[in-house]
Amino acid sequence: MVSKLPGGGALIAIDRVFLHERTGAAALNSLSAAGRSVADPARVFAVMDHIVDTRPGRSDQTLMPGGQAFITETRAAANTAGITLFDVNDPDQGIVHVVSPELGIVLPGCTLIAPDSHTCTQGAFGALAWGIGSSEAEHAMTTGTLRLTKPKSMRVTFTGTLARGVTPKDMILTLLARYSAAGGKGHAVEFAGGAVTALDMEGRMTLCNMATEFSAMSGFIAPDEKTFEYLKGRRYAPTGSDWDKALDSWQTLHSDVGAHFDQEIEIDASSISPMVSWGTNPGQTIGIDGAVPDDAKAGPLQYIALEKGQPIKGVPIDAAFIGSCTNSRLSDLRRASALLKGKKVADGVKAICVPGSSRVKREAEAEGIDRIFKEAGFEWRESGCSMCFYAGGESFDAGSRVISTTNRNFESRQGPNVKTHIASPETVVASAIAGEIADPREIANG
Amino acid sequence: MAEPLTTLTSLPMPLIRDNIDTDQIIPSREMKSTGKTGLADGLFAGWRYTEIGGREPNPDFVMNNPVFADSQIILGGENFGSGSSREHAVWALAEYGFRAVIAPSFAPIFAGNCVRNGILPAILDASEITAIEQSRLPVTINLPKQRISIDDKQSWSFPIDEEAKAMLMEGLDSIDLSLKMADDIAAWQAADRAARPWIYLGATK
Repeated sequence: MVSKLPGGGALIAIDRVFLHERTGAAALNSLSAAGRSVADPARVFAVMDHIVDTRPGRSDQTLMPGGQAFITETRAAANTAGITLFDVNDPDQGIVHVVSPELGIVLPGCTLIAPDSHTCTQGAFGALAWGIGSSEAEHAMTTGTLRLTKPKSMRVTFTGTLARGVTPKDMILTLLARYSAAGGKGHAVEFAGGAVTALDMEGRMTLCNMATEFSAMSGFIAPDEKTFEYLKGRRYAPTGSDWDKALDSWQTLHSDVGAHFDQEIEIDASSISPMVSWGTNPGQTIGIDGAVPDDAKAGPLQYIALEKGQPIKGVPIDAAFIGSCTNSRLSDLRRASALLKGKKVADGVKAICVPGSSRVKREAEAEGIDRIFKEAGFEWRESGCSMCFYAGGESFDAGSRVISTTNRNFESRQGPNVKTHIASPETVVASAIAGEIADPREIANG
Repeated sequence: MAEPLTTLTSLPMPLIRDNIDTDQIIPSREMKSTGKTGLADGLFAGWRYTEIGGREPNPDFVMNNPVFADSQIILGGENFGSGSSREHAVWALAEYGFRAVIAPSFAPIFAGNCVRNGILPAILDASEITAIEQSRLPVTINLPKQRISIDDKQSWSFPIDEEAKAMLMEGLDSIDLSLKMADDIAAWQAADRAARPWIYLGATK
């Protein structure tokens, strides 16, 4: 904290800023039009993920009318500002919240912001990472700070252990299902407990990713040996004596025993089953063995075209999507491909896999994961946000029903009147094979 | 920076649904501008037009009711502006002519974006918002007094943090405010650079 502000807020130093091509040009050009500049370009990064095409052989062109201008204008503005850009065909290109950890840009104890609501993903490293608007990004870039009102504190403790076939995605969907999409309103949420510390870093990112769906300002997990091990040797992580000094500092980053939280939630991880959304916000989610609630509201029911009391399992699907900042990392693709191996996507189901970064794509290909997806009937794409929300100008067929590893089941987000069911990679794979929403535990290692 | 906002009287447009997300306020496919303008036509496009991507007004959507053609205030539901951080949602609202949203709660990024663009995010209880809707009367927002009224008898106070209030009332630019503290920021960074050298990439790479 640089300084307290009148009215109870504070001026907070911002250590890292990320931009993407949907708002990069708007923010940088607005800044320079006001006669301002980026104060420390070495700590500002930009990626191409929100507009860029993910079809093989891509260029700056996209199917989105006018999309190319976002790419070329962001590139020009980034170059003028002197910030680091991971461009369309850069080997480091990818979704912002996949790339930043891969390169060790996010670090424990740092503050990191991006004009993207899923910036909370990076709280998995014990950073204070949160999404802001474009104007706030301008503020951070030119002043090195943001004006912030301190959020309330919440701790969500997952005790016990996850059952086989149950994933971090199911943990966060359970929190949303039980406490609603507004449950974390006004809070910064610490995820804790044995079932959280048992997760690898990629699983922790999936958990923190949907803190924004919980209406929380951010989510974070105290850094531990797994965090430090993950970061060591990555390009922007400290080295030599700086690493030792950083490690000393990071090891102090945990809530004190007996710390007070404004709100506490405890969930028994062993009670969690694979989860699937039934409605049009992420809180409208049930277990795979569940049925559409009897008190479901008419609006979402009508949109999603299901009946009260209808079991979610067995609902026919038209498409399956694996990707997004939630579930597109190497471990996600490994688990999905392990279930998929030797099987085929059901006839008539359009299936797409979009690795979260160009690095994830290369590493997956080195392991032969791409072949498993392709032989099963999945499209294998270049990295980007893709059909999570019309990135690249693509969406699913009007009115179709999609099971998706993404984070939002909003109306028409994945295409005109498209009905989205969000779930884990395992559940998406199981459903793609079955042609209907299916329980991954029933085909596990089959 | 936005026009200062002190008092405002307008017939409010009711859009009382919970969890109206920014994908509904402006869908991705409608964000065709690389700047902050040229977005108003995309406002609520999924509900406002008969076809996705089309421009034929959907007569059933409240925005197309001529009664609300000049409305500058929206009445909303819980968790208004949830979802994507896209500031385009607020740029579109501002460009169309909205200056305030009254809702029981707001998504935090959306509320911050509103204040940065001269739109007041005012919080009232759902029952009070329903009372306003059912009155079918224009509402007056008095920001200095933090009150919303529909007549002499019915008025309610709303909370807003001091800084957001000042920024809206005076049309202040938050960057200007923070740059006044440039010396404090520089001193803080000098000390921090010694304590956390790994944060300052330009210096170590």
